[in-house]
Amino acid sequence: MNVVNSYVGQPIERIEDLRLLRGRGQFVDDLHLDGMLHAAVLRSSIPHGRIIRLDTTAARVLPGVAAVITAAEIGDPVPTIPLRLVPMSDLVPYEQPVIANGKVRYVGEPIAVVVAESAAIAEDALELIAVEIETLPPCVDTRSAAANQSLLFEETGTNLALTYTTVLGDADAAFAAATTDEYYIRRERFDTQRHTATTMETRGLIGAWDSERQHLTVYGAAKVPFASRGMLAKQIGLPESAVDLIEGDVGGGFGMRGEFYPEDFLIPFAARHLDRPVKWIEDRREHLLTCNHAREFDCDLELLCRRDGTILAVRGRINGNIGAYIRSNATIAPRNIAQFFSGPYRIPNIHIESTMLVTNKTPTGTYRGPGRFEGDFFRECLFDVVADDLGIDPVAFRRRNLITRDEMPAKLATITPVRQQEELDCGDYLQTLDRCLAEFHWVDKAKLKGRLIEGRYHGVGIGCFIEGGGVGPRENARMVLESDGSIAVYVGSAIVGQGLETVCVQIAADALEVPMERIRIFHGSTTYLHAGFGSFGSRSTVMGGSAIIDAAENLKKAIRTAAALRLNCAVDDVLLEAGMAKSPDGNVVGWTDLASENLRADGTFFCDRRTYGYGAHAAHVAVDPGTGHVEVVDYVAVGDVGRIINPMALRGQIVGAIVQGLGSTFLEHLVYDEDGQLLTGSLADYLLPTAIDYPNIRVFDQEEYPSPNNPLGAKGAGEGGIIPVGGVIANAIASAIGVQPKSLPLSPSRVWELMNP
Amino acid sequence: MKLPRFEYASPTTVQEAVALLAASNGTAKPLAGGQSLVPILAFRLAAPSLLVDLRRIAGLDTIAIDDAGVHLGARVRWCDIEADARLATAHPLLAAAVTHVAHYAIRKRGTVGGSLAHADPAAELPGIAIACDAELTLVGPSGRRSVPAEAFFLGPLTTALAPDELITQIRLPPWPSARRWGFQEFARRRGDFALAGVAAFYDLDSAGHAANSHIGVIGVDDRPRRLTAAEAVLNGRTVDANAITATAEMAARIVDPPDDIHGTARYRRALLATLVERALTGAPAKA
Ligand SMILES: Cc1cc2nc3c(=O)[nH]c(=O)nc-3n(C[C@H](O)[C@H](O)[C@H](O)COP(=O)(O)OP(=O)(O)OC[C@H]3O[C@@H](n4cnc5c(N)ncnc54)[C@H](O)[C@@H]3O)c2cc1C
Repeated sequence: MNVVNSYVGQPIERIEDLRLLRGRGQFVDDLHLDGMLHAAVLRSSIPHGRIIRLDTTAARVLPGVAAVITAAEIGDPVPTIPLRLVPMSDLVPYEQPVIANGKVRYVGEPIAVVVAESAAIAEDALELIAVEIETLPPCVDTRSAAANQSLLFEETGTNLALTYTTVLGDADAAFAAATTDEYYIRRERFDTQRHTATTMETRGLIGAWDSERQHLTVYGAAKVPFASRGMLAKQIGLPESAVDLIEGDVGGGFGMRGEFYPEDFLIPFAARHLDRPVKWIEDRREHLLTCNHAREFDCDLELLCRRDGTILAVRGRINGNIGAYIRSNATIAPRNIAQFFSGPYRIPNIHIESTMLVTNKTPTGTYRGPGRFEGDFFRECLFDVVADDLGIDPVAFRRRNLITRDEMPAKLATITPVRQQEELDCGDYLQTLDRCLAEFHWVDKAKLKGRLIEGRYHGVGIGCFIEGGGVGPRENARMVLESDGSIAVYVGSAIVGQGLETVCVQIAADALEVPMERIRIFHGSTTYLHAGFGSFGSRSTVMGGSAIIDAAENLKKAIRTAAALRLNCAVDDVLLEAGMAKSPDGNVVGWTDLASENLRADGTFFCDRRTYGYGAHAAHVAVDPGTGHVEVVDYVAVGDVGRIINPMALRGQIVGAIVQGLGSTFLEHLVYDEDGQLLTGSLADYLLPTAIDYPNIRVFDQEEYPSPNNPLGAKGAGEGGIIPVGGVIANAIASAIGVQPKSLPLSPSRVWELMNP
Repeated sequence: MKLPRFEYASPTTVQEAVALLAASNGTAKPLAGGQSLVPILAFRLAAPSLLVDLRRIAGLDTIAIDDAGVHLGARVRWCDIEADARLATAHPLLAAAVTHVAHYAIRKRGTVGGSLAHADPAAELPGIAIACDAELTLVGPSGRRSVPAEAFFLGPLTTALAPDELITQIRLPPWPSARRWGFQEFARRRGDFALAGVAAFYDLDSAGHAANSHIGVIGVDDRPRRLTAAEAVLNGRTVDANAITATAEMAARIVDPPDDIHGTARYRRALLATLVERALTGAPAKA
């Protein structure tokens, strides 16, 4: 017999794995439609310039070429890609046109699309297109951009697209009042390097136009299919009902995949233009050149504290190098980096300006823990510099400043112009710190600080973090009782390889009190529901799972109502149990028997308050002074994520995120030269962490503080693992070599340079 | 990333292959394991008219060991070298170096001839060839010639190979069992091309001093090279910590490493000193 909540909380193996491991996945490149053509994109090789001639004649006549599409074919005005979440009129001039229109602003910007019988022919044709570009001086870093040395958008007169201001208390007053030597002030600069999410398979799309039905279908959608449908319908001039976006299997999203890119317009447009299905599969070089980049920030921050380490204020400036255009979610990282700068700590006075500067590099977007990975690196490094200078133990410094349980809920700084106000919901940040120290054996390992053992310097680092999740405003789900008694569950959340299918089945099965095998999940595609919000901001489980619970309640009501008629009793008296409906007098009708009545129910979960998971990470590193190599000897992560739905899936999320974070810290770097050319165009130069690189990761998850904001008690947990990694490792290295790293990545060369200035 | 159009041939003899290369007027390319050539085609950095696949040519895939040394056929793969137990004594330096080449899948296909012809400045086998005074056998339309490794590598991805010539084998001179040696390299991840690498060996003369020392390096110059000035520091001395340090310092002084995205020149120079030191420090006769 099944009892309530028998699945939620269990380490249930991912139901999607068997299919994927047997090669039965259905990725977009696995799809073949009759009569399908293939597209390749001509991209700018010049970072900044004006197109003065574009001649496609030779390409058009190459045998096998069906069409060459340029801005001219698309017509005036060329559509642009809007911001997805919070529209801002100031940013409209910086939106990316779906194809270069007059000007090119980064290497990789689409100039033309060739559609041909094969991808190889399409690529051959690219070589036949003659483009002449009058070059303009590029801006590649925030300094040259801020100086407006060369303007990307002449019409706005500035490269500064937006400045966020984050305020709590009165930082300037606090600094002004700090006149005696009871106070301590430290000003530092730090920076993080441009890098981004790398998914197992590159992006890909198939557009198919049904001229009879005047209906457009796009395969390869991910993350936010409903929002993307809205954008595409508007750009291409069709009602939303004439456009469907279909989500298949996806090998990872990480915030990067599934945002609206130029190709998300160009490929469907080509399909409609030619009245033939058109496939485009991005190659890896294109991916590194064109997918949303992330993480390129620098800061100049000042911290004020008492000599005992009590933080009083932080002020300063953070610059975001956001690339050539404001893409669909470009504002998230520059906002988060300032708004959540304080993390789990009590910083009573904050004033941070966070800028978005356009440069002649690939546009940016979100990557797992956007703005938080970077901000945590700045903050935790700054803390260790200050603690070290004041002679305070780094743990004691953090303990003194962590927000305590009794201060919850705690308000975060307010950010303008969005005027968003956030508060930390609940938790005991000191407890996760203590648990982390205990699991790590901090007291013993801290004695290794700076010691040279068998030719390597040892050190330890610690950092605390919060993870914002469960981003609203709502999510939808639908349940349908099928004729075989199974329940089809349609969710608006998107599945990007994170194990969400399993988690949704667990939640639905518990809510309906039926065996898991009876539940089937359908997700992501716009054909299932009227609206859905998708998967970002660690929201799918919290929002989608809660919507499932609501739908289950409604379905149970529908089943009771139908059963009451058959059982001849009052609706409220019907008892549901293990797929049966019972009357008080013991009569029974199976759900299977009710299926003919077409029972279905919708559910929606509304919530505008985020969840805040939290925790602490610690690392022990050994640095080889001869090579600059850093070995991660031990890494301990303690996190409290509210109610844990599936500990095994969660663990995968945390370990994976930490490894990704170690890649960010040591390896991954999208390097540009000063002329704006990307130098890391393959995975031989853009280095990813592999399974053998970081074996020593120990994860401890707990669920002491369920979220009060949703019926599951769950909090977002997909991003926390990556957030503190850069700061923790940098501080461990500082403890080993006695020099504080202030920039990422910590390549062997850079670590050696720190030791040999 | 789709390959450009090309013709394909898979001849069964070296002569046939060479004739095909010669007939193409320099527009054909031999194809061995394809691990370097195919990516180059995919990136459209080259567009040969014809690929002459060497896979059906008999006799190019043997490893022979005799009084003249170790003979590696051009189509011997990295995994063949790893699997040949004789090499642990016949040429331990070669065996040690090859474990650092790329990853499992690539070692199953990548070949000796392909690596030598490709001439990546950071590749292991060219480094071993230089360090060991190896000799390459090239066959062209007008016959066979022997080229010492020293004269073969001319620059990054540039060699003395003519467009209509094939490498058929490389010979590494015999390896005395008492020889002291060490191989050290450092890459950002295991299997990546080396940031720097050192293949070093020396013999001991009757007085117990280093003699005949050879120090070959990869990744720190535009081609693999021997550091004769550093060898001279070591020759004739007792190999102790002082001698090793002096040799390593000389090595760092005479190389001219590149500044690139993976490391500064200053770093690479210091890294090389570390690796020379470690190669010599751990250099007993490891038979
Ligand atoms: C991810 C990755 C990592 C790698 N890491 C390393 C590494 O760490 N160290 C390393 O040494 N190598 C590394 N390689 C390269 C690998 O070892 C290649 O296999 C090797 O360099 C070329 O051998 P091949 O047989 O694949 O040659 P191919 O790719 O087939 O050919 C390479 C070139 O040699 C020519 N050629 C081939 N055979 C002959 C011949 N007999 N005569 C004349 N010309 C010939 C071809 O025409 C072509 O120009 C790596 C490769 C990859 C993809």
